[in-house]
This record gives sequence, C-alpha cells and structure tokens, in this order.
Amino acid sequence: MGKSLFQKVWDDHVVRQLDSGQYQVFMALHLIHEVTSPQAFGMLKDKGLKVAYPDRTYATVDHIIPTDNQSRPLADDMAEKMIQVLSDATAENGIEFFAPESGSQGIVHVVGPELGLTQPGMTICCGDSHTATHGAFGCIALGIGTSQVRDVLASQTLAMDPLKVRRINVEGELAPGVTAKDVILHIIRILGVNGGVGYAYEYAGSVIDNMTMEERMTVCNMSIEGGARCGYINPDETTFEFLRGKERIPSGDAFDAACEKWRAYASDADAVYDDEITIQAADIEPTVTWGVTPAQAISIRENVPSPASVEGLEKNLITDALNYMQLQADAPIKGTPIDVAFIGSCTNGRLSDFEAVAAVIRGRKVADNVRAIAVPGSEKVDVAARAKGLDKVFEEAGFEWRKPGCSMCLAMNPDKLVGDEVCASSSNRNFIGRQGSSTGRTILMSPVMVAAAAVEGCVADARDVFGMKGAA
Amino acid sequence: MSGMAKVAGTGVYVSGNDIDTDRIIPARYLKCVTFDELGPSLFYDERFNADGSSKGHPLDNPNYSGAEILLTDNNFGCGSSREHAPQAIQKFGLKAVIAGSFAEIFHGNCTTLGIPCLVMDAENRSKLAATIESQPDAEIIIDLEALQVICANEIYPVSMKESTREAFLAATFDPLDNLLSAEAEIRQTAARLGYA
Repeated sequence: MGKSLFQKVWDDHVVRQLDSGQYQVFMALHLIHEVTSPQAFGMLKDKGLKVAYPDRTYATVDHIIPTDNQSRPLADDMAEKMIQVLSDATAENGIEFFAPESGSQGIVHVVGPELGLTQPGMTICCGDSHTATHGAFGCIALGIGTSQVRDVLASQTLAMDPLKVRRINVEGELAPGVTAKDVILHIIRILGVNGGVGYAYEYAGSVIDNMTMEERMTVCNMSIEGGARCGYINPDETTFEFLRGKERIPSGDAFDAACEKWRAYASDADAVYDDEITIQAADIEPTVTWGVTPAQAISIRENVPSPASVEGLEKNLITDALNYMQLQADAPIKGTPIDVAFIGSCTNGRLSDFEAVAAVIRGRKVADNVRAIAVPGSEKVDVAARAKGLDKVFEEAGFEWRKPGCSMCLAMNPDKLVGDEVCASSSNRNFIGRQGSSTGRTILMSPVMVAAAAVEGCVADARDVFGMKGAA
Repeated sequence: MSGMAKVAGTGVYVSGNDIDTDRIIPARYLKCVTFDELGPSLFYDERFNADGSSKGHPLDNPNYSGAEILLTDNNFGCGSSREHAPQAIQKFGLKAVIAGSFAEIFHGNCTTLGIPCLVMDAENRSKLAATIESQPDAEIIIDLEALQVICANEIYPVSMKESTREAFLAATFDPLDNLLSAEAEIRQTAARLGYA
C-alpha cells in the first residue's frame, strides 16, 4: 500500500511518540516574524533555555512595517520596539534576520520560497496561519502559536497529533479570467470554513498540475481558511525548475541529487486517502465573497444569498453578515460600489500577480472615488517588478506602488480601512474588522478582479471589463 | 505541576459560529512584546463602540461578571494562529471554553496554555446557555475525567481529543519539558535527515 506525501514527510520527521499519544516531530525549517515571536524569546529566557538549532530558524519583519515610509526609527514607537526586540533576539541567538533594506525582507511566506529556504519534503512552521503557503512545494507547513514557537526554538520539535489527508482533485481546464484565487475560494465555498478540521489537504488534478509555483502558493495559502491544518501539492518538474538557481538551493550535481530526493516524497500512485473529492474546473468562475467568512462566496454572476432560504443558526449568520456588509439579499454582487482596491499579501503579492494585473490595466485608470494600492510581497518582488516597469504601469493607472509588507491584509500597520469603507482585496480574510476598521468591509477576489473593481469603481467581472476571452 | 481534572466557575454565553481570532482580539492589540496586558482587549470591537461606550456584550453584563467558563458555538477561534487570542481569554480570567467545535491551531494554543476546550452538541449547548441566562450564578463544573459538565443538577456530555485529555490529566499540556527530554533522539533525527 502506497503512502501520501503527508505520511512520508511525517514518518521521516517523527522523533518519537509521547506518553499522551501525540508525536514529537522535528521541524526542518522555522520562520519567525515580529508579531508572534519576540514573546517566545522572553519565554526561553525565563526558563534559562537557548535556541537549539539557530541555523534552522530565519527571521524577517512583515506585519507591522509601514509600506510608505520604512525609514528607522519607525513613526510608530511600538512597531519600532517590536522590530528592535526581534533584531536583538536574533543577533543574540545567531539567527539570520532578513531586515528591511537587506534586499531579502518581505512577507515571511514570500521570502521562504523565493530564497529557496522552502524545499520539498520539509516540515515547516511559523507563528502565522498562512504558513500553509509553503505546502505548494510538497511540505507539511504549519501555523503555530507563540508557545510552540518557544518549543521549536528550544527543541526544534513540536508535539502534534497526526492528520487525516483529503485529496482534492481539480480537473479540466480553467476558463480565461479564472485564476488560482478563484480555485481556492471555490473549494472553500464548497467544503466550508471548517470542512478541513483534522485534515491536511492534498491538491491535485490537471488544473493543479498545470499551475505555476506562484499559483500553487495562492491555493495552499488559503488552506487555513478552509479549516485544514495545512495544504500541499506534490513536488514535480515545475517545483524543481522554480527552485533551480535560488539563493539557498544547491547547484550542479547537488541540485540533481536534491531533485531525486524531493521527487521521492510525492504521494505514491496507490496512496490511500481518508477522503477524496473531485471538482470540475468548468464549474469555477471568478469568485468573490459577499459576507464575513471566506466561505460566504459566490461567483461574480450570482446574487447574494437570502436568509429566507435557510433555517436556524445559518439564517442568523446570513442575516448578520448581510447587515454588516450592508448588502441586500438576492441582489447581484456585481455593481457593489468599492472605496479601496488592495493588491498584495501572502496570498497574491508575488511577481506574477502584478504581471497579470499590469497586462490588463495598461492604459486604464482607477475610478476617481477609489483609493488603490499595490504592495509587493517582498523586496525581491519589488525589484523584479520595477525592472519590468510594472510600478510605472500601476502608477500611471492610478495605483500607489508601495514598499513590501503585509499592508492592508490585516492592518497592523498604517494601511487601514476608514469607517465602513468597502475594499476589493486580493488578501485572504474578510473577517469583521480585519482590515483595521471595526465597521470596514472586505470583498475577497483575485488580483485581476480587484483591478476590474478599481477601474469600474464597483465589483465587476474582469472578463467583461478587460475583454478576456470566454466572457459571456 | 499537578493534573487538571476539574475546572469550575460561573459561565457566560457568547453566541455565534465562526467567531474568528480577529474578533477575539483585533489586530491592533497585537502590537506588544509581552502578552501581559491583553485581557482588557478581549472581544474589544464586539464589546465597545468607537467612542468607548459599551455595546452590551455578554462579557460586560454584570450578571456574568467574574465568569470563568466561556460557552460558544461552532468553529470558535478560526483564522489566525495568534496566541494573543487564547492569551487574552486567559488574562481576562476565563479558564475553559465549551463550544460546538474549535479551529485547530486555536485549540492547540489553548491546550498549551492550560485552557481546556470542550466540545458539546447543539442541543446541550442551548440548554446550558438557557441555564446560564436564567441562573447566572450557577456553578459550572467541568470534569475531564468523566468528560462531563455539571450545572444546576444537569449533566451534559462533552468530548475532547484523547491525547489532549491525557495531557490535562497528567499536567503535560505544556509539552516543553517533555520535548527537551529527548535531546539525543532529536539530534539523531536531525543528523539522519541531513539537517545538522
């Protein structure tokens, strides 16, 4: 009987079983940032412990860094202090720190893959739920809490229960204007925000096979929004070609040997899964959220649901979500006015995201009443985008081109919604208050759909706005 | 550290499914380098208007002041891995959470901090919620050995993952000392995998 990638990576990294029944699992790569990790160094100090494997942990700053002016000291004293604490702790413990203006700073889930720190067959953890992103490379990639950051710093291991594996096959071919973001929003819509509890998601099928690594990262990134503990894609030639030549990837014969090792982690053809579902690409359309969870999503052609169609607690949830979003039941989502357009985040802040948008907004203008910002996911993405002149394309269209960071995805920095503004956002969460205002409203969508909304001033079908082939 | 077999206190019911970590503690309160001051920020935007006036949230209802057991609905704690969420719950004075279901990372974070998370079905939750409303002073006793909750002479069955229950009963819910005791095996694993 064959094994899934999850089982292979798990088996390789298990140190031992604990008395509780849980397993102690070695973490191949640990990424840390300024929000959830500084406290862990304090916890270590309190216990008189040292970092056990400092060369397996890497640090950067992303959540709180401003995207307009990053000169130090930062205007926000607490933000400055958080960076300083991380900077001091990493220096003291011999941990490599990708500081602002080092050329390698960025959103932690953009930085790991682009440096080649993220490699197939690894167990990866970070005090951030979107660590699932790294699963795109064939890794078990886990978001963890600060006490677990402490555990990993002190022992390079975690106490864990094994997970079930659900294989999600996406078969067929995506229509023009339908993107990786639409695929994952569609999956979450079908399986729900807690459908993945207890599971690792293995994404497979022809649609996933044909995706680039950046598209695969978008899919895996939002596994957590589907309730899964992690999500992954089996490594293949696309994976290896992406990694070839990356800064921290071996070259020459060593690279070939690494590919051999990585290839062996892919799920066996006769692997057994705890669950398996198949989704047809033809059923996936540009998808947008209408409510306050990522599963409250519909295709751009559909109407917002009505509480009248359901009973019980579900009825209240729809009613509450519609009230918060100030949307009418049964009305089209298309045409909903927006105030802000945000392109960026660990979900959609990579070079190909900006290239895709630049290709359609050249020569167009952001609507007068819309504030539009484009935020590269890392310094490397910024440099690569500028080298292609993308920053100019965005600026000429009326976007602000910012410096790298998490920006408006979670508003722990100056980029925030004001009052009940509506944001067309390429990020990952439409939770109440997520973008920095307790009455702010978020509509999640793909980067090209954000661009269409920015140009039209309201939620729009990018296929119509930009004349993409395949529009009805 | 002694085992945690029982938790007791009065309850408070916060209704709703999919209560995410941004609602439990809004991101702006994550700007800190220790968790010490997080208690007052728990559910802040659900509890207070922009001008600081109360929205009448159950946590601020005098009937439930001093409550130590939080009762809520499905998929509680979804979203971020921020430990700030369970830290705020603990610092506020809550000792245990009973819900229809929990998001996994949140559940793990609570466990490590010694906050038991118990799963209770919808029918029993609505009965317990009604009791909390009618008798806010009634003590709720969570018995981890028997996996039941007792309140106002009623017994409610609850469930918990066995490895988690074991960890509470054996007081190994904070796994660090246990993890560190395997130093040699960790070194062997690292060497075998080429990581050291």
